[in-house]
Amino acid sequence: MHKLLHSNFGRFVFFIFLGFIIFLAGNRVDELRVYQGATLAMFVVAISSIILLTGYSGQVSLGHGALLAIGGYSAVLARNYWTLPIWVCFAIAVLVAAAAGAVLGTAAARLSGPYLAGTTLALAVGLPSIANQFSFLGGEQGLLFDVGAPPISLGADFSPYKWYFWIAASAALIALWWLQNIVRSRYGRTWRAVRGNEIAAQLAGIHSGKAKTLAFTVSSGVAGLAGALLAMTIGTVSPSAFPLTLSFSLLTGAVLSGVTTLPGVMIGAVTLVATPEISHAISNRLGNSEAVTTNLPGLLVSALLILVVMLVPNGPVEQMRSMRVRKNASISR
Amino acid sequence: MTLIVSDLCVDHGAIRAVDHVSMKIEQGQLAAVIGANGAGKTTLLRALSGLTPTTSGTASWQGHNLLHAKPEKLVRFGVSHVSEGKSVIPELSVEENLNLGALWRRNASEAKETRQRIFETFPRLEERSTQLADTLSGGERQMLAIGRALMAKPQLLLLDEPSLGLAPLVIAQIFQSIRDLTTRMGLTVVLVEQNAMSALEIADVGIVLNLGRVAATNSAQSLIADPQVRAAYLGY
Amino acid sequence: MFTFIDTVIIGLTSGAVYSLMAISLVLVWRSTRVINFAQAGQALLSTYIGYSFIGLFDSYWIALFFAIVLGAGVSALIEILFMRTLFKRNTGPIAGVAPIIATLGLLGLIHGLIGIFMGGKEAIIRPPVSNVGYTISGHTLALSPLKLVIVSAVLFLMISLSFIFTKTNIGLALRASAYSPEIARLAGVKVDAIRTLGWALAGAAGAAAGMLQTPNGTGALSPDSLEFSLLLVLGFIAAVIGGLESLVGAVIGGLLLGLVLAFVIMYVSATLPFMTAFLLLLGVLLVRPQGIMGRKVGRRA
Repeated sequence: MHKLLHSNFGRFVFFIFLGFIIFLAGNRVDELRVYQGATLAMFVVAISSIILLTGYSGQVSLGHGALLAIGGYSAVLARNYWTLPIWVCFAIAVLVAAAAGAVLGTAAARLSGPYLAGTTLALAVGLPSIANQFSFLGGEQGLLFDVGAPPISLGADFSPYKWYFWIAASAALIALWWLQNIVRSRYGRTWRAVRGNEIAAQLAGIHSGKAKTLAFTVSSGVAGLAGALLAMTIGTVSPSAFPLTLSFSLLTGAVLSGVTTLPGVMIGAVTLVATPEISHAISNRLGNSEAVTTNLPGLLVSALLILVVMLVPNGPVEQMRSMRVRKNASISR
Repeated sequence: MTLIVSDLCVDHGAIRAVDHVSMKIEQGQLAAVIGANGAGKTTLLRALSGLTPTTSGTASWQGHNLLHAKPEKLVRFGVSHVSEGKSVIPELSVEENLNLGALWRRNASEAKETRQRIFETFPRLEERSTQLADTLSGGERQMLAIGRALMAKPQLLLLDEPSLGLAPLVIAQIFQSIRDLTTRMGLTVVLVEQNAMSALEIADVGIVLNLGRVAATNSAQSLIADPQVRAAYLGY
Repeated sequence: MFTFIDTVIIGLTSGAVYSLMAISLVLVWRSTRVINFAQAGQALLSTYIGYSFIGLFDSYWIALFFAIVLGAGVSALIEILFMRTLFKRNTGPIAGVAPIIATLGLLGLIHGLIGIFMGGKEAIIRPPVSNVGYTISGHTLALSPLKLVIVSAVLFLMISLSFIFTKTNIGLALRASAYSPEIARLAGVKVDAIRTLGWALAGAAGAAAGMLQTPNGTGALSPDSLEFSLLLVLGFIAAVIGGLESLVGAVIGGLLLGLVLAFVIMYVSATLPFMTAFLLLLGVLLVRPQGIMGRKVGRRA
């Protein structure tokens, strides 16, 4: 199994198989779970984009919410103005966000940790306000996003939620498969080299600026896809769909997943999907005041973020692995 | 008033950098610790000032246990450490670098007096007292680093490779100052050096480290005369 | 003509508050090499503390004093509880970004807690002195006693902090610990305590920023008010424009940012302050990555 996963073809087969299982599962659960499944897939894509950037290339972005917004808006505009097929809209979302990421990444490559973090933070706060400036972006209300009814061939009782789920899950599988390949390629090695020791990487002939910009571009493209998926699941795009807390949640998801391990991404995504439900349950007990309901999800995510960074900074997966390695080492001694 | 190290071991992961080192240095002595690259000299010194955690063994100075004290506590025991590579802060001026060494004493007039005596030993520092340490030459930086350590009025001075990266003429000058200071101020000095000959020439006793172990201990004169030591460390 | 003068006045006053926020970020950066994104959250908390003291003593000035002192205390506590463990435990690939992530978590935590406990309630801090402008030949200027108080408070704080940093022993210890903790330790400086002190000073400056910003705006205090997003983002941008290392730079950065934003809001559009600030930041970083007052000191050996 492990060996299989290390060949390109093997991974391809594995992802096809995974997809098959996911689609079978989609037929066996109720509508709410199916809808959550679509959200889950969206988070998987979004968190992967951060893992790629932070874990593999060592750059921090606090403003991925802004890139999701760019992707979401481009998909919606393409759909509404030219009524393009839905998959073309998604491709446009990826390309536009990647282009924005390339511009941002060129600036980012010159910035070290805290500067980059602050700059992207400023972007995440600033960008949504643009929507209020130009009327074709729909202002505070935003724009509706209609991906269209599922094809007739899928049957009459095939619900729209299930259709969202199929789209989101396929997009997530394709994105993950592609990312797995790219981090194992020459580019992935280059990024890790730059993350580990930038000067050593430069001495080895790596153009670290180019490598960082490329990582930012790829990550932004993936974030754009996540933005389009988010717009699809909630049916609209508006400034309030991409708040600062979204950027923070994604970062929390990435830290929880272990920023250096793509396969851990499910942990973060499941947590982010489960948080609203858990917080709903808690605020029910506390009497459902408005202050509690609106603030509790953010509070939970933040508390989790701090706990993880303090206790298992490299993520639970990596922590367990390193504990195992240490144990083996002490046995062999 | 002696520095006593017994059975000291330090591990860097799986590698034993300092292996059961024992030594005794009397008050007022200048001891040179020599050895090849990777012999554990710097690790030994860093362990003595609490910068590197130790595995086992003890080290005491005037009855104070050195090993489990924080580095900032050691100064209060009369121990000053000058770490490898000209330990000055380039963003501060020469005078500020010196004052830093006496901050913990909270006695401005005493600090001023000590600073004056350091300026007498290293007049170059006085000429440049308002310049940023960043603008100093390598030799001047080393003088400043030693000066800063002396500002604390130590009784035990730990010096890590003061000759690193300096020209031979400058090395000779700095080593002469170290010798003079030791005698004049009644210091006890542990001098870790790769440049074995220069170190032994000014030292009272010599300790040869090899792969983390003590290979030889003797008076500096007899080490210089020892054919084996000459062949292995002095190059002739 | 009067519009122009008013814009300058408004720009300088709001810029002064951003400067204060930038100063607190610079203080933390200098003492621990961390950008404290929770600073705006701490400022919010301190302002709420101040608000409750206004209720107790019916005096803005006593409340300001308590907000500053307790703000410093909270900040010191955060450093001791979170940052120390973080620095000790952290190794591995995300060691560099872990502090950033932790301060963000703190921001969310403080924001969420205040939202839950104070969110529904209306809180207003009235200006301690009049915010009605002086009148010159029939025209009411934007310049009011409150704005004068704000600008002079910021100048006073900047000058006294600069004095502490460059002329006192504590200042020398603060700078040495920032530039080279190991050498400072070997010289006998209690670096951990000094770092905590740096955070405490930053907490004090942030508290002052929050207490001055609120009455200068609408006076309404709320965890989701625009005022605190402004402090969070613009304080950071001002600090970076100034070079992150320098207190004077932070003040220049804050004033510059305040002026530019005031002119954009007055003459271009009122909805674009964040985007303008972002573009200004990007521009400065591309032209002068070390900031206006930043300098590069080569660290040889």
